[in-house]
Amino acid sequence: MKLEYKVEGGDFTAAGFASSQIKKILKQLNIDPSVIKRVVIALYEAEVNIVAHAYRGVIKAHIESGGITLTLEDEGPGIPDVEMAMTPGFSTATKAVREMGFGAGMGLPNISENADSFNIETIVGKGTTLTIGIKFK
Amino acid sequence: MKVKDVAEKLGLKVFSAPQGLEREVSGGYTSDLLSDVMGHSQEGQIWITLQTHKNIMAVASLRDLAAIILVKGFEPDADTMELSEQEGIPVLGTRMQAFELSGSLYEILK
Repeated sequence: MKLEYKVEGGDFTAAGFASSQIKKILKQLNIDPSVIKRVVIALYEAEVNIVAHAYRGVIKAHIESGGITLTLEDEGPGIPDVEMAMTPGFSTATKAVREMGFGAGMGLPNISENADSFNIETIVGKGTTLTIGIKFK
Repeated sequence: MKVKDVAEKLGLKVFSAPQGLEREVSGGYTSDLLSDVMGHSQEGQIWITLQTHKNIMAVASLRDLAAIILVKGFEPDADTMELSEQEGIPVLGTRMQAFELSGSLYEILK
């Protein structure tokens, strides 16, 4: 099964929509709740990252019998220092975003903790693509 | 214990989704950082926070939390209440601050 969702940068009112849709589908497929939890945490963080940092992006979910692959491709500023971005507590979020309770530097670490495979490709000035793989068993 | 028992015992105001007052409460989590709650709260917990915007409902729904309690007299945004009704997850409120409310909730749940 392949699904696709568009995400607009800056639109926090819609943040979490893709995560909520994919959660519903995985529930219908009777996927183990502990696996759904990991998918939802990783995807929500990645979705919020596009809203908080990029101009726009596309989320693609590929659900197969063995697991789910999430690809989040954005047009945005890119990440100049990925290692730094992966450090818990490090954030480049704006003050307004932080006041909402986002931008605490926990996004990428949360994704990494919950994914079986996690890859970041980024080009500064162009955008970032995350690939997150989670196995169902 | 159910959300309605917690609401009664702590004298909480019910802002939205009274149909969710029957939800079972497994514990509590106090934090204003959404990623922290996303990553570390557990299903069935009551979330104590001062954040009032719509995204708290997305987090509560994605993590299957029992309810949200807003502290210090804060009130939920209109679209937060709308989403709360849709999801059936109540938003409650108190004049207490987070420390005091967390202590009181801990006492009645232990």
